[in-house]
Amino acid sequence: MTTVSPERLATLFVDVADTLVDEFDVVEFLQMLTRRVAGLFDTGEVGLMLADHRDRLTFMAASDESARLMELFQLQYGDGPCLDAFRTARPVTNVNLAAATEKWPGFAPRAALAGFESVHAFPLRLRKQVIGAMGVFGSSTELDDADAQIVQSLADVAVIGLLQERAIRRGEVLTGQLQGALNSRVVIEQAKGIVAQARAVSPDEAFTLIRDFARRNNRRLGEVAGTIVTSLPALPDLGGR
Amino acid sequence: MGVVDERAVRVHRLVADEPARPGDGHGVAGRLRRLCTAAGRALSASGAGVSVLAGDGMRGVAAVSEPAYEPLEELQFTLGEGPCLDAVTSRQPVLVPDLADGAMGRWPGYASALHDTGVRAVFAFPLQIGAARLGALDVFRREAGSLTAGELRDALTFADVAVTTLLDGQARAVPGSAADGLEDEVVGQRAELFQAQGMVAVQVGTSLVDALARLRAYAYAEDKPLGDVARDVVARRVSFDGGQS
Repeated sequence: MTTVSPERLATLFVDVADTLVDEFDVVEFLQMLTRRVAGLFDTGEVGLMLADHRDRLTFMAASDESARLMELFQLQYGDGPCLDAFRTARPVTNVNLAAATEKWPGFAPRAALAGFESVHAFPLRLRKQVIGAMGVFGSSTELDDADAQIVQSLADVAVIGLLQERAIRRGEVLTGQLQGALNSRVVIEQAKGIVAQARAVSPDEAFTLIRDFARRNNRRLGEVAGTIVTSLPALPDLGGR
Repeated sequence: MGVVDERAVRVHRLVADEPARPGDGHGVAGRLRRLCTAAGRALSASGAGVSVLAGDGMRGVAAVSEPAYEPLEELQFTLGEGPCLDAVTSRQPVLVPDLADGAMGRWPGYASALHDTGVRAVFAFPLQIGAARLGALDVFRREAGSLTAGELRDALTFADVAVTTLLDGQARAVPGSAADGLEDEVVGQRAELFQAQGMVAVQVGTSLVDALARLRAYAYAEDKPLGDVARDVVARRVSFDGGQS
């Protein structure tokens, strides 16, 4: 990306901070963030994972389907840049996938097959605790130190946004909020399954239906998913077909 | 992820090592009582309780660590207020390290009743998988003060075990399968498992809780990992709506 203009960067931070308002939807927020970070790169896609109280990472949001797959591969095969960033609490930058098969035998070949050439990952940190990681998957994207710092700052902003807490004094607040965030992702997956079955579509198509319905009606993604899972079997008419 | 989950192993062991008592109920009730007692001890609490909410609106106390805490659990349902109910509604833990600090306004009846019995702090954890709500685990302390970060993680892990135990108690689940590898997958946040849960709920016309119980029973009967069954459901190789598979 080679250092973004200050104007663009300022807009980005304001946009991210602007979501810190009443009607907050954690999954929507993280999706917006991944898209904005991806927008910083010419060809990058971005995915984000959070950890639960037992330090198990879960997929939360991605800028597109390919980035979601990259996150899921890491979880499935137990290796990859996000897992490293999470474990070490340090960014992983400029790793060439062609040379990373030894390091990530499960992830690297599959990511290369999907057309990616290089990866980066950034820990999501709050003080000493690491609560997740954000991965950037691209084609020959070189990050210099200034770039890496910008992306890391955005990751730090994400944590603050995630917590929706003006003053985070105690670890217990963090864990409680995380618990809610992780669970809201589960609700969305359940809603995808319900719509997939009821409409005879794939879970991914179901997600598109849910998301588009939320946008058209100016409703929050989490709220629509919540309606779907609780109003079973009276599924709301999502339209779109 | 293949990482040895020491915390889960330790919490499972604490529950398994908790001795049975003469008054323990059979099956799930007895296991939950031992879980409450083990949780109370591990969290330096004076007591703990599990209350359940069934899909048809039925609610009640499933287990308490000590008989003295049963009325305290029950009272939340009588009054229709309390941290347990709030944890279920908000789908988030409700942590009250000092009852004297704001709780009286939030739960006027319940907080003062708790205070009268000497409870000074209460922590409630939802027992849930996404939108599937099973109940809550309540932890009571006689001294005000927050749970440490480690205690909080332990408490959430006790809640995980309580979720699995309650699922085992579902009519279609197989008793005794709690301690095997299923537990990790149930709360292991696998996207496909939750999607399959939603699909089966529609196929069978049942709740999300029951759908998960059916998935688990099927995995057990077929001797397959739950994750594999979920993948088969999502790929429409396995269906629960009778006939075709």
